[in-house]
Amino acid sequence: MRLLRIVPDNTRFDFMRFRRISFPISAILSIVAISLYFFHGLNFGIDFVGGTLVEVQTKAGPADLAKMRATITSLKLGDFQLQEFGAPDDVLIRIPEQPGGDQAQEAAVQKVRGALGDTVTYRRVEVVGPSVSTELLSYGTIGLLSAIIAILFYLWFRFEWQFALGAMIANVHDVVLTVGFMSLTRVDFDLTSIAALLTIVGYSLNDTVVIYDRIREMLRRYKRMPMPDLLNVSVNATLSRSIVTHVTVAMSLLALLLFGGQAIRSFTATMMFGVVLVGTYTSVFIASPILIYLGVGTGRMGGAEEPETPPAAAAGPPSAQTPAPARPAPARRARARR
Amino acid sequence: MLFFSRWKAAAILLTALAVCLFAVPNFFSEKVVARWPDWAQRHIVLGLDLQGGSSLLLQVDSKAVRKERLQAVDDDVLRLLRQARIPFTGRAIVGSSVQVHITRPADVKNALDKLGTLSAPLSGVLGSTGQRSLDIVEKNGQISLTPSDGAFTERIRQAVDQSIEIIQRRVNELGLVEPSIQREGVDRILVQVPGLQDPTRLKEILGKTAKLDFRMVDTTMTPEQAIQTHPPADSEILPGQKGEKYLIEKRVLVSGGDLVDASPGFDQRTNEPIVNFRFNSTGSRKFAEATQQNVGKPFAIVLDNQVVSAPVIREPILGGQGQISGNFTVQEASDLAILLRAGALPAPLTIIQENTVGPGLGQDSILAGEHAAYVGAGLVIFFMLVTYGLFGLFANVAVAVNVAMIFGVLSMLGATLTLPGIAGIVLTVGIAVDSNVLIYERIREEVRAGRSAINAIDAGFTRALATILDSNITTFIAAAVLFYAGSGPVRGFAVTLGVGILTSLFTAFTLTRLIMAYWVRLWRPRTVPI
Repeated sequence: MRLLRIVPDNTRFDFMRFRRISFPISAILSIVAISLYFFHGLNFGIDFVGGTLVEVQTKAGPADLAKMRATITSLKLGDFQLQEFGAPDDVLIRIPEQPGGDQAQEAAVQKVRGALGDTVTYRRVEVVGPSVSTELLSYGTIGLLSAIIAILFYLWFRFEWQFALGAMIANVHDVVLTVGFMSLTRVDFDLTSIAALLTIVGYSLNDTVVIYDRIREMLRRYKRMPMPDLLNVSVNATLSRSIVTHVTVAMSLLALLLFGGQAIRSFTATMMFGVVLVGTYTSVFIASPILIYLGVGTGRMGGAEEPETPPAAAAGPPSAQTPAPARPAPARRARARR
Repeated sequence: MLFFSRWKAAAILLTALAVCLFAVPNFFSEKVVARWPDWAQRHIVLGLDLQGGSSLLLQVDSKAVRKERLQAVDDDVLRLLRQARIPFTGRAIVGSSVQVHITRPADVKNALDKLGTLSAPLSGVLGSTGQRSLDIVEKNGQISLTPSDGAFTERIRQAVDQSIEIIQRRVNELGLVEPSIQREGVDRILVQVPGLQDPTRLKEILGKTAKLDFRMVDTTMTPEQAIQTHPPADSEILPGQKGEKYLIEKRVLVSGGDLVDASPGFDQRTNEPIVNFRFNSTGSRKFAEATQQNVGKPFAIVLDNQVVSAPVIREPILGGQGQISGNFTVQEASDLAILLRAGALPAPLTIIQENTVGPGLGQDSILAGEHAAYVGAGLVIFFMLVTYGLFGLFANVAVAVNVAMIFGVLSMLGATLTLPGIAGIVLTVGIAVDSNVLIYERIREEVRAGRSAINAIDAGFTRALATILDSNITTFIAAAVLFYAGSGPVRGFAVTLGVGILTSLFTAFTLTRLIMAYWVRLWRPRTVPI
């Protein structure tokens, strides 16, 4: 039975060559993302800026948005938003935080209930007062930062410091680009968005660690291979696994995106972008080549080179822990460092 | 790597089976499960965003607690100094302390001794913290008593505990289904009521402190005079229900704490809604004394610092019973009776966050979650079969057991499942497959490098497992941080993600290997079919 092979065996794609392109592109994209954040801003949800969210379903046919808008305007609750949400009879009303502390928010909800009365069923009401919103914002940001730092320490413990730093730079880059995406698409930025960002961090690191693990193994095995070649070998070796896993995760996320409903749409869209697109790109084109710039494997330039893959003829003893099988002496050829 | 003793294999299978069995109660209705033994009843709780219901986060008004504490110290100072017959002046609450000036320097030591009894050592979790509840400072006869921060925190904690009990009683009176009332942090309470659509009445009931006092009306001057000059030291101006002003003595004759029953009713003559009440023996006695001493004078029924009514005492009330009338509607009378029966809150509660989900949305969310889960799982299963053939089948079995175990663990913990939680499970399926993919790709590499089938499989497992551990731990750290930093639905996501990682580590290290080991033993393959 012929099995599906998305990635052919023994690929030898030269990924590292693209670092001259990928680093500048990433730098530009990051700057774009950061400026989007500052100038375009994020669409902060009520979790972080306080306010009231009311999702209603009109009982009698599609909603008359203009009429509802007029009704709410007359309540004088400030600059509110009113929009269709998923279906023509589904309306989402968002009222900004009212001055007057926590009690004022409750009063606002009562007014809305009174004004809309029996013409709607209330699918959802969320009220976040000023006390809670400031907390959630700080908890969320602190959470994100502490996760990145905790993982940094873990990687430092397991690998060398250059790996940890490389992973963190790649990670921060992931977060920055995703935040830029969220700013561009004006997706609701609330607590579930922080959850999405944290998952992206965790998952992208997952990916990076697999590649790093292979790089570490290669570094031990092939003590003389120049770094760009070694990195290429590592990435190529893990390419098949990466693609398969990314396809499976993408399928899960696609199912969530298409069928998971409006309530978690912003969450799944963000994860799709962060995990599938950005995570893959950074693991291959940022996290790996950056090791060269961080000085991993200095002292390998020039000199002899080992063959890139162990020869097929090698036969090791049948125990589980054999190191690389014996190979013929490599032909000594001077090779300029690329 | 591929060797499993019989005991080990049995242990692994039994553990997996046991954990999966915990998921079983979720498939039966409540009534059926209630008949099973206690340890078998644990099941997953559906979050409010899936069940529909109301969630209110209440905060104790700490300013009010401080004020009340200072007032209590003030009263105590008055009482002690009068008992000891120590003359003093300038007793007042200034900022966050009570200050008093002892007239005669000779009395200062005596005064300090007496007032020192008010200060008690504070005990923490591990015994005495060394702090005292009251800091007493004296300078030139001026004594200043400041409640310490530790004392406030302690008082707030007590207030929260008391409030939880009282809320429990009030909520029970409303006949709501299985409300959950829990402390959150130092000064907050989370009230969750599944199935509640309109929390308006609940909010009203929880928003009222319901402090009921019976005090005498101060007739020495009219309220208007008191506003213009100064009210007498022991009286204060309180508003009535329509905004009119009353001058009421501060001294409480009987308080609502002595009420033993309250019920709504109708006045026999006017037919307006009223609340009938009954005191306990202490309350009856105090009420009797007060009414006997003050026949012909008006007394005020004060509810939450508002005068509800101020009838004149026509005859001494010895039976400890009476009625409160104050232009109530039927609903208001009923609610007031509930509040009085349940008791007064020690401090006002403010609602700082509210979350209500209707059943329509809850149902839709469950359906959406299920839909996404089936489609996602289906796609992944198909893809694995197509890419890895037989091994793909092994991986699918391992992942299926993984998901069953996730439900099992969640049931054991009695965890709450939210919509982001379902998303977490779907994501875990995608991630769990990764462990198997790592192993299989490694096996293929080893085969290409020239190892025999069994060696390749063995080496594949060995090399891959370290990587699996590393990569899963990083995602786990993210999930752990999310658990602490998040709340509500986000926490649900963190829990399912974290549990999913743990179970997928378990299945990768044990189950997949076990299946592989048995397949190798039974088939004795020459080549690896991937």
